[in-house]
Amino acid sequence: MAKKKFVVACFEDEAVLFPAVKKVRSTGYKIHDVYTPFAVHGLDKALGLRDTSLHTAGFIYGITGTSTALGSISWILAKDWPLNFGGKPHFALPAWIPITFELTVLFAAVGMVLTFCYICQMAPFVKKHHFHPRSTDDLFVMVIECTEKTNVSDLQAFLTNNGAIETEVQVAEDGWWLGRYDKNEVPFENKTVAA
Amino acid sequence: MTSIREKFEIPGKMRTWSLALISIGLIALVIGLVTKGFSADEQEQAHFWGTLMYNTIFWTMVCNAAMFFICVITLAMGGWEQSIRRVSEAISTMVPIFGSITFLVLIYVVVGHKHNIYHWLDTAAVDKDPILLGKKGFLNPTFFVIWTTLIIGLWSLLGWRMRQLSRETDAPMDQATGKNFILRGTVRAAMFIVWFALTVGSTAPWLWLMSIDPHWYSTMYSWYTFASTFVSGLSLIALWVIYLKNKGYLELTNQEHLQDMGKFMFAFSIFWTYLWFSQYMLIWYANMPEETVYFKHRVQGVYKGIFFLNLIINFLCPLLILMKRAAKRNYTLMTFMGVLIIFGHWLDFYQMVMGSLSKEKVTLGWLDFGILSFFVGMMIFFVGRSLASKPLITKYHPFLKESVIHEV
Repeated sequence: MAKKKFVVACFEDEAVLFPAVKKVRSTGYKIHDVYTPFAVHGLDKALGLRDTSLHTAGFIYGITGTSTALGSISWILAKDWPLNFGGKPHFALPAWIPITFELTVLFAAVGMVLTFCYICQMAPFVKKHHFHPRSTDDLFVMVIECTEKTNVSDLQAFLTNNGAIETEVQVAEDGWWLGRYDKNEVPFENKTVAA
Repeated sequence: MTSIREKFEIPGKMRTWSLALISIGLIALVIGLVTKGFSADEQEQAHFWGTLMYNTIFWTMVCNAAMFFICVITLAMGGWEQSIRRVSEAISTMVPIFGSITFLVLIYVVVGHKHNIYHWLDTAAVDKDPILLGKKGFLNPTFFVIWTTLIIGLWSLLGWRMRQLSRETDAPMDQATGKNFILRGTVRAAMFIVWFALTVGSTAPWLWLMSIDPHWYSTMYSWYTFASTFVSGLSLIALWVIYLKNKGYLELTNQEHLQDMGKFMFAFSIFWTYLWFSQYMLIWYANMPEETVYFKHRVQGVYKGIFFLNLIINFLCPLLILMKRAAKRNYTLMTFMGVLIIFGHWLDFYQMVMGSLSKEKVTLGWLDFGILSFFVGMMIFFVGRSLASKPLITKYHPFLKESVIHEV
């Protein structure tokens, strides 16, 4: 798990954030992510993120559910243990549709939730670094990944010029780890790490 | 908002095509009327009037669904459809026109005592039949005529009031007028929806279509008919929107709006299937003779092919083709699906009516397609005229901005 250097810039307003995202991208800096207190419409497009494939996964889970249901019910009721229910044929397709439907929904729903958690690296005990505690409250936090060639002070000045109310440099894990947060990490305390 | 073409000019090609379709339809209508409609053979008569009935009822209800769409969105305070609102309005202007044709056909059938279509008109048979005797309060010519007049008259009137209100958005309005406008819109839309629920949601399909099999009944039937016509109405709106976009109108409409129409078409195709299945499965499961009588010749008889083709066109195709986001944003695919869905539900209406009138023989042929072309031609001709008669955009509607910035 590599530690990386990030420049963290805080914005107070969406209207400032959007042009800033555009400028930062066109200047050639790599935006690690933008953390916002709520879902911001159009931000994914401004960041150039591709459409999610979650729904394709959902479709695959769905048809898995459909075939599981139809396969198991038809094997049980028509082949392995045929029973006579009110004189209906053993292969009674209409009667199976509700269960098939339910299982399709169940597979798709549970599968998509788990996939979503996997993509977002969310699970019990999995921890990720928080760049700024106020990103869950009232600030739009843009995080830019630095390379060896990045001139940090230039970048900070550039961001301030584009409306950032506060910039700082952090060295942090970019992935996830198991366990607890550092005990010293108290919210609402300046935790700027020297570059 | 630069240079919006507000006025739709009817292209000569559209006029020619619609008139050609109407003439083909008229020829079929006249030949049908002479050879079948006034023939001595009761089966032939039932064939002609039945064909006319399902076509006219289908198209009236499809065009009425466009007004229902507007009213639902008005009540839900939706703004996204403002840029295409005038298109649905233009489609809903067909209700008085198709409604009068429906009215004439139905009145002819009832007053002309066509008991080969409506068995309950045969008073001698009804008197000996305890089931029909029990339904006599509802299924009798007097009630039929009064209620049909009310249904079509109020659809036209309440729809007209909604359209009149919409004309106010052609002139600028201040905030107070805007608020008042929204309030009046809500009240008028609510009135339409209440009447819509009492007719399309319940009595109209019972009276016009389900009473062809007077002994049989299904509580799903009206909802099923509603779903069928609503999804076709949505497809029709989408087709007109695509046509106008192709001609360079509707500058404020884009793929975002198209995708929402696609979502509606997708969702209501599934809703239709849900009702189709609920109606079918309960009857199949209980297996009681008085209920299965409706499905017997459709599932096992000569209508088997159409019955299951119907399910493929109206369920499997929308489900698989419209599922992807890219498909709903694709003008070509949406056009294809729009035509397919309308055709599929027209076929559904065919088997709903003719499946009961001609149980031994599938009559789908020149007469059905001829009369279909009459209605399609009429629809294109009059909707085009209605589009040309007022601005294409509700320019000063308080919610128009929502439609402009709409993003899915």
